[in-house]
Amino acid sequence: MTGGNVVVIGNGMVGQRFVDAVRSRDPQGRWRVTVLAEETRPAYDRVRLSAYFDGADADELNLHTPYDGVELRLGEPATGVDRTRRVVTTATGEHPYDVLVLATGSSAFVPPVAGTDLPGVFVYRTLDDLVAIREHARGRRTGAVIGGGLLGLEAANALRLLGLATRVVEFAPRLMPVQVDTAGGAMLRRYVEELGVACHLGMATTALRPGQDGAVGALELADGTLLDTDLVVVAAGIRPRDELARAVGLEVGPRGGVLVDDACRTSDERIYAVGECAAVQGTCYGLVAPGYAMAEVVADRLVGGEATFPGADTATKLKLLGVDVASFGDAHGTTPGCLDVTWTDPATRVYAKLVLSDDATTLLGGVLVGDASAYPTLRASVGGPLPAVPLALLAPEQAAGAAASALPASAQVCSCNAVTRGDVDAAIAAGCADVPALKACTRAGTSCGSCVPMLKQLLDAAGVVQSRALCEHFDVGRQELFDIVRVRDIRTFSRLIAEHGRGRGCDICKPVVASILASLGGGHILDGEQASLQDTNDHFLANLQRDGSYSVVPRIPGGEITPEKLIVIGKVARDFRLYTKITGGQRIDLFGARVDQLPQIWRRLVDAGFESGHAYGKALRTVKSCVGATWCRYGVQDAVGLAVALELRYRGLRAPHKIKSAVSGCARECAEARSKDFGIIATETGWNLYVGGNGGFRPRHADLFATDLSTEALITLIDRFLMYYVRTADRLQRTAAWIEAMEGGLAHLRSVIVDDSLGLCADLEAAMARHVTSYSDEWRDVLDDPDRLRRFTSFVNAPDVPDPSITFGTERGQPVPVGGRSPSPDGRQPVTLGLPEVRR
Amino acid sequence: MSTATTTLRWHVVCPLDRLDPDRGVAALVDGAQVAIFRTGDGLYAIDNRDPVAEAYVLSRGIVGSRQGVPTVASPLHKQVYDLRTGVCLDLPGVSVTRHEIRCRNGLVEVRLRQEG
Ligand SMILES: Cc1cc2nc3c(=O)[nH]c(=O)nc-3n(C[C@H](O)[C@H](O)[C@H](O)COP(=O)(O)OP(=O)(O)OC[C@H]3O[C@@H](n4cnc5c(N)ncnc54)[C@H](O)[C@@H]3O)c2cc1C
Ligand code: SF4
Repeated sequence: MTGGNVVVIGNGMVGQRFVDAVRSRDPQGRWRVTVLAEETRPAYDRVRLSAYFDGADADELNLHTPYDGVELRLGEPATGVDRTRRVVTTATGEHPYDVLVLATGSSAFVPPVAGTDLPGVFVYRTLDDLVAIREHARGRRTGAVIGGGLLGLEAANALRLLGLATRVVEFAPRLMPVQVDTAGGAMLRRYVEELGVACHLGMATTALRPGQDGAVGALELADGTLLDTDLVVVAAGIRPRDELARAVGLEVGPRGGVLVDDACRTSDERIYAVGECAAVQGTCYGLVAPGYAMAEVVADRLVGGEATFPGADTATKLKLLGVDVASFGDAHGTTPGCLDVTWTDPATRVYAKLVLSDDATTLLGGVLVGDASAYPTLRASVGGPLPAVPLALLAPEQAAGAAASALPASAQVCSCNAVTRGDVDAAIAAGCADVPALKACTRAGTSCGSCVPMLKQLLDAAGVVQSRALCEHFDVGRQELFDIVRVRDIRTFSRLIAEHGRGRGCDICKPVVASILASLGGGHILDGEQASLQDTNDHFLANLQRDGSYSVVPRIPGGEITPEKLIVIGKVARDFRLYTKITGGQRIDLFGARVDQLPQIWRRLVDAGFESGHAYGKALRTVKSCVGATWCRYGVQDAVGLAVALELRYRGLRAPHKIKSAVSGCARECAEARSKDFGIIATETGWNLYVGGNGGFRPRHADLFATDLSTEALITLIDRFLMYYVRTADRLQRTAAWIEAMEGGLAHLRSVIVDDSLGLCADLEAAMARHVTSYSDEWRDVLDDPDRLRRFTSFVNAPDVPDPSITFGTERGQPVPVGGRSPSPDGRQPVTLGLPEVRR
Repeated sequence: MSTATTTLRWHVVCPLDRLDPDRGVAALVDGAQVAIFRTGDGLYAIDNRDPVAEAYVLSRGIVGSRQGVPTVASPLHKQVYDLRTGVCLDLPGVSVTRHEIRCRNGLVEVRLRQEG
């Protein structure tokens, strides 16, 4: 049978994947698909559910794609199946099927404890659960999680983020009992408690008691202790939702779940089950990757294929808490005769265990707490020979590198995308010479990123020298160059290249050095030799456009502007016949100025109180803002005031790349602060700081960095963040890539600029203070200096002749360039509707 | 194939000290736009027109060297040109006309070349 009606029950992650898989394998649409969904929202990314507390909304988590030939019926749960007539019933009708796919997932397991039905008691499974938790947490102070497993710790972190004093109650004597052994659990506990989460282990909850308002108020433990709490999340485990299957007599597994064979077929050959509700050969998997594999198997079977479920990798890594925990393979050493190698270092708080076969030659599994950097190599080695002596495997860095080079070709390097060492080596042999190239070519390292260090090691192992040289003139990267300039107190490019480089420089190293000199307080960027280093934008303090004309962008801090100033901009634009456009950065850009017009335009703007907006150059661009508490009925802080203050503080700051920022007055986020290099969102009690976002080529949301800051504390953190970035980032590396490339990532950044782990903070703050006090407007400086003004002519031998190559036509009532060549051959710009441009 | 060169007359453009080291300027010579550069190695003159972007901007590029060859990079899309010959080092088959340039009595002079 290769066509007909498929009914899918459940539109969770796996149900949705199944629909995607059918649509991509059946382009002719021989299978019509009906999806019955109990939830009222289409499928979303449950794995990233907790990101909701980090500000992600339902749209961002959405996984659903509409297709022709697929009907999605939201809020219409299946209530029964008639296997003889082959129809599924719901409250409103019947849906006939030729093939039925059960993708009903799991439900949270709530232990039989009195009081779990009280208001204020939640499970942690759906977006609606999280919405309800956030609602209830408003104005409350304490929370408790029942269950100290992976999900419980994730929920505990969420409660912390909501500002609740949080505790975890776990029945087992350690945290994450499924993944971690006793010693690892003890180490993990220290990390968790340090985050302010209290742990009550080896302790059963016997009842939940109401408080005065009728909602939950306390937790009673087996030893009689009463713990006050305003909110409870039950995360005690999951149960496969096999109720429909049981009701119609399908076989179920010994521990629940719809029993299926390795083709995911149930005891009725017209019915398949996939995802968390399925028990493949008796085993249920509570992870999404095995579910996805099942979805692909069934889709393949529908088009006549022979795919089977390959078994699953159940290795896990704790996310969100910022604590490194990993467990893989036979972590508990249940294989008969197996041996353990363990390593505990109380000083660095690292615990590691390797489980080996009885002859100590094969790696069976392991547990890592505190430092999981060896995880990718180890996970890839499970089931194979040990790539190094056990202790060396646990000591990261060089040893891990050596270990990576000993991996067999079949070892899976990137489990998210199923990329083996063989695939990576083939890509290297085909010419991939760095990590970005490997990512693009093999997709390794593009999901969770934990294998990126290993990709570097494999490049090393293949003998690829990953050069950090800036260009042919300098052998070092931007960061080293920065240190050389600073430590040696070098003020000129000529001295720098004479002492530390060769040749005459180029368009790569010169602007880098210009930026370094500028951020070390090198005076006006057009002074003396510095002038020759600047990119044309910096050279003319305006932005070069495709026809050779420039755009002029006055600074409008926070997007706030008086009517008088608006009128001035309008008049200048009219008098010089400039095209005007309000941009995404809340600025008004004036396009079409010739070099010789720039000083006259600036004169008018500067006289009216404007200054340079630094829309040219790699510098702080804008700090966008919403209207905030001053006008908005939702605002909780003065977003405009803060945006103006930040923009004025950091104006003119030269950096490895442009920097953008925004401030929103409340969590509604009208300023889109989370798509910026640093973004600020007001809370009832202060400011939340996000870093590392950008809206560029590869859009990325910023990560939450610190919460509920006072304005002073916020500014101190941003000072340090920006200066550390300016000093250590690579050429043209935006903050997102900078943080991604940093060893230790966000946690490292936090330790450097919050905990001052490198002792740099005073220095960074002082450097920023120097920048702030020495700022002067670059436009005004040029107008005040006849020597600099002399440069602003179109022709050195004909200062009064305008450049004849710059001419304008009219479009929508405004001037547009006629000269210069647009990227497409017929002179018209493609409208790409957000899709990548198709090159012929 | 040899190049037919029509030799035109020398034009005084500006005093030498009007040129900043390692930076270009544009000049109008017989109605043509010429980009003039002063580097540590000497004076160079090439067409101001960027043949790729078709805009008159080469005088505004960053001056430097590649493997010892004096160069300028177009400020629009960064293709690099050999200042001595006008040949584009990044795109095969692309080049700009070079012109003759000299300094006499502290004055910079340019003579156009028409290559065809
Ligand atoms: C907070 C959280 C964090 C997680 N983190 C990770 C992680 O880091 N890594 C990982 O691999 N996994 C993680 N998981 C597990 C992962 O989300 C699941 O493995 C995955 O969602 C299973 O997909 P599924 O489609 O089988 O079930 P689900 O996504 O649960 O979808 C089942 C759907 O079926 C619907 N349904 C049930 N019965 C009916 C009916 N009778 N009629 C109609 N619809 C019905 C349900 O309402 C639900 O929408 C996490 C889960 C949670 C809750
Ligand atoms: S982010 Fe909040 S305060 Fe700002 S405009 Fe939107 S709703 Fe109002």
